[in-house]
Parts: sequence; structure tokens; C-alpha cells
Amino acid sequence: MHLSIEKHERMVSFAAFAGVDALHVTDDINIPHLATLSRLHLDTAALARARTDLANIIEMVDAMQAVPTDGVEPMAHPLDATQRLRADAVTEQVDVARNQAPAPETSDGYYLVPRVVE
Amino acid sequence: MAWEAVIGLELHVQLLTESKIFSGASTAYGAEPNAQACPVDLGLPGVLPVLNHEAVAMAIKFGLAIGAEINKNSIFDRKNYFYPDLPKGYQISQFETPVVGNGEIVLHMEDGSERKVGITRAHLEEDAGKSVHDLFPGQTGIDLNRTGTPLLEVVSEPDMRTPQEASTYFRQLHALVRYLKICDGNLAEGSMRCDANVSVRKHGDPEYGERTEIKNINSFRFVERALEYEIDRQIDVLEAGGSIERETRLYDEERDETRPMRGKEFSEDYRYFPDPDLLPLELSDELIERVAATLPELPDVRRARYEEELGLSDYDAGLLSSDFDVAEYFEAVLAICNNAKLSANWVMGELSAHLNRHDIGIEASPVEPARLGALIERLEDDTLSSKTAKTLFEAMWTDTRGVDELIESLGLKQMSDSGELDAIVEKILADNPDQLAQLRDGKSKLLGFFVGQVMQATQGKANPKQVNEIIRAKL
Repeated sequence: MHLSIEKHERMVSFAAFAGVDALHVTDDINIPHLATLSRLHLDTAALARARTDLANIIEMVDAMQAVPTDGVEPMAHPLDATQRLRADAVTEQVDVARNQAPAPETSDGYYLVPRVVE
Repeated sequence: MAWEAVIGLELHVQLLTESKIFSGASTAYGAEPNAQACPVDLGLPGVLPVLNHEAVAMAIKFGLAIGAEINKNSIFDRKNYFYPDLPKGYQISQFETPVVGNGEIVLHMEDGSERKVGITRAHLEEDAGKSVHDLFPGQTGIDLNRTGTPLLEVVSEPDMRTPQEASTYFRQLHALVRYLKICDGNLAEGSMRCDANVSVRKHGDPEYGERTEIKNINSFRFVERALEYEIDRQIDVLEAGGSIERETRLYDEERDETRPMRGKEFSEDYRYFPDPDLLPLELSDELIERVAATLPELPDVRRARYEEELGLSDYDAGLLSSDFDVAEYFEAVLAICNNAKLSANWVMGELSAHLNRHDIGIEASPVEPARLGALIERLEDDTLSSKTAKTLFEAMWTDTRGVDELIESLGLKQMSDSGELDAIVEKILADNPDQLAQLRDGKSKLLGFFVGQVMQATQGKANPKQVNEIIRAKL
């Protein structure tokens, strides 16, 4: 829930940036621009769907914003349980060949990726 | 007006567990690439992390040793970032509630002064893998063996003011985690890594200046040099009318300079949130007490005891108490011979020199504390001279026989038969009439010459004090 509110706040700031007053006016949100930022290639039909989805999400976030949360402690986990600890023992036999089978490229036991410059 | 630096350090301490923090893969150093990366470490779909009990116990142990609050309730968060040596796309860490809260460490500076440095927090997290840039042309190789190795990240308050204080802090924490046996302290293998935050301000200014962070420094000397460079750089920029930008910098040891590593466009938004795969960590009083019971006498307490009860100098006490195994060895020697000063001298002198020369740890010393204690006893009862004691020690290094047996078989027993000595002295005086005449004329320097001759003639077995007396009596 914490996250959703944060996202909502970001959208609010995005809306403010875009000069939009109310968030539910999704027409004023530049969906193609959001798609570019998200590295998503959306065709016209998908753009329309995204517009509807986004409107629904914002509506839900607005509804959640209405919930009074004053004095409620943030929840780390929904289950009323605590962490169980395991003994410090080596229990895994590693099969490198099997683990690396789905990797696009490996050499001498290493996974290879395009050069990352520090 | 003079400038003042403000320094805070973050130390990443690799915990000395057998298995990883969230998986049952081995943490042993030096395996073939990816031979210790199991599906949990690889972040394959469907895997779940399970927390290592020992990693938690070690964090508690550290917290207790620095007098910190232990948070009985803490949670694990995901720190999200994208890099090929982080296959899950996030690092499991602790953000809002670390296991260890506020603590403190007292720095013992070289000039004998002390300085308190606050420790803000220490939290548990998993290490990332290693990227290898120079093995494959045009590509980066990824080794995920280190992925999931438990780390304790120790964050200090910005309480340090000089590079020397920073390196002393690093050194002392290094000694402490080794003392507690929660980290092997091997800097070359990356078992402890340091990030330094530094800013400068005019003396007396209540506000901190903008800071930079120097990443991944792995030696005490480099911390000092990197900070010296960075402090000078910041002062130069400010005095030229410029401003400091908050950024991450890298220390280049070869050029002895820091360089920007990450620009502003990489503004770090880690999007921390509680990891839904891990339940909140609750520490029972019973667990904390159980760990507290394993805590050894701490270095500072030991140091004070060595000074106050054993009468050792501050320097000796500091050196002996900073390493757990050395302190234990010293105390075992002391228990046999009951002479603190001689025990300290032998442990830090002859023994240390031999250990260094053969590159072995004190726990593997071929001369055990019991035998060193026995050697010191024979030195005290004048069976050995300091010279023959060294000869004996040398022999003990490769010969496992007892001290008395070795003294006997090597013929190292100091001559106490005054008749025999008397005859030797008589002969040497007669053989050197010129020197004897000069000595009689008051050239007392020649006394040393004659003692030396006698020692040589007896292969060091005479008691020099006794020789001295015999010669004087004959003048």
C-alpha cells in the first residue's frame, strides 16, 4: 500500500509537470511519452488499453487514499509470523553446466554479457 | 580560516559463515567461477531465501561488542538496481530497521590520545557477484560465487576529522571483527571493504559541506591517501570559488587520485521496499543471551587489565590485546612462567619475528605457549643466558622436544661452576697482556672486550654478570 501511494504521488508530480489539474483526466497524460520512458513499444490498440488501465489504477489509488491511516503502523508483511532461521551448513551441490544451460553465452564457467565499463 | 574535514566510513564486513546468508551454497573463497552459485543465488524463478542463523548471531555479537542497541524486530528490504552481477535485480538488505542500532568505538590514536566515534547502525545484507572486465575481449564475465555471501555493513557517524582517524577506525574495526571471529579480515580477498564519505567546512562552521563518497577502498593506507587527495581537491575547488557536487568517486591507487564514477543522471533511486519473501526477523532474549555468553573479554577491557594488573606499557598492552589468538597465547605463556614483561617481550619479539618469517599464524606456531613459558622460566633461573635462550628457541622451532631435554642435548646450560669459569678467565687475561695493562690503567672500556672473549670461549654459556665479577676481582 505504501508503494501505491508513492506511485500515486509520482503521478501527481508528473501531472503537475504536465500542467494537469486532476489526475483522473487521463486524456491529459501523455501515454506515448510514458511508454517511451518505460521502454515499451505499444501499438494504437495497446495505447488505448493502457489509457483505460491507468485510469482504473488511478481511481483505485484515489479510493485507497481515502482510507484513514493515521496512527496505523506500516506493515512489513501480511502474515502474522516471524522469520525462521536455518542452520549454517552447506547443503547445495552446484551443477554449473545445468545452471548455465539457459544462459545466452558462457565461457570458462563465466556468464558473458556485453562489456560493462566501470 | 582553516578548513576542517568531516569523515564517515561505511565498512562492508564479510561474515565468516560456512554457507550463504539466504542459501545453502558454500562461501569458501577461490572456487571455480560459478561453482558456488546455487539457484537461490542465481535468482532463478520459484526460489525462496531462508535466513542463516549464524549470520544473525554474528551481527548480534558485533552489536554487543560495540555496546549497541540490538533491535529485536527488524525487517529485510529489497534494494533495487540493475547490474549484471546482481542477477535478481535487487539486493536483500536492511533499510529502515537494521539488526544493530547505535553503538560506539574508542579510537586509540598513535600519539596516545583517544577519540570516540559513534556507530550509527550495522545491518545484514547479501553481497553481489563479481564482474571481470579483462578476460574476454569486448565482453564482461560474470562470476556469481560471491553472490549471497553474508555482509555486515557498519556505518559510522561523521565523527572523524582527519584521514589518520579514518584509517585508525578502519584498522580497529578490522582488528575487532577478527578478534570476535566473525570475519577473516583478509583485505586482499575483499573480506572487508570501505566506502568513505567526506566533506570539508571552515573551522567552527556548524553546517556540514556537500560530501562525496569514495567507493571500495581495501587497504588502511589507501583510505588515508584517498581521503588526503579528496580533502585537498575539495578545498581547492571551494577556494577557487567552485562548489562540490554530491557524487560517487573511485580511488585510483596507481595515480593516487580520486575520479568521478557515477554522474548525476545515475541518481540513486533504489526503491527500497520490504522483501515479501522474508518474514520479519524477531530476536528472542534467549538468543541474544546465548550470543552474549560467547563474547570473549573485549580488547579494550583486556588492554586496561594488562596495563593495570600486569604492569605492561600502553604500547605492549595495546599490541597484545588487539588480536584474540595473540592475547590467548600470551596469557598461556604467562600462566606457566608468571613473568608478564618477559612473556610480552618474547611473544612480540622472537615469536612474532619467526611467525612473520614463516608466514604462519600464532595458532599454528610450532613453539607452543607451554614450551615458551618453560624457556622463560629457565631464563629467569639463570640456566639460560639471553643468547642461549635464542639458540634454544631456534631449535624448538623444528624440534618438538621439551625445553629441559633440549637444553641438555644442545649443551646450552649456562656455566655456573665458578672454578671452571675462573680458569677460562685466567687464561684469557694471560693471552691478552696489552689489553690487560690498559684495563689496569683505567681504560674500563676494555672490560667489555674481556667479557666478550670469555663469552666466545664458552660459546655463550657463561653468565656475563658472573664473568664481570670474576674479572673485576682479578684486577
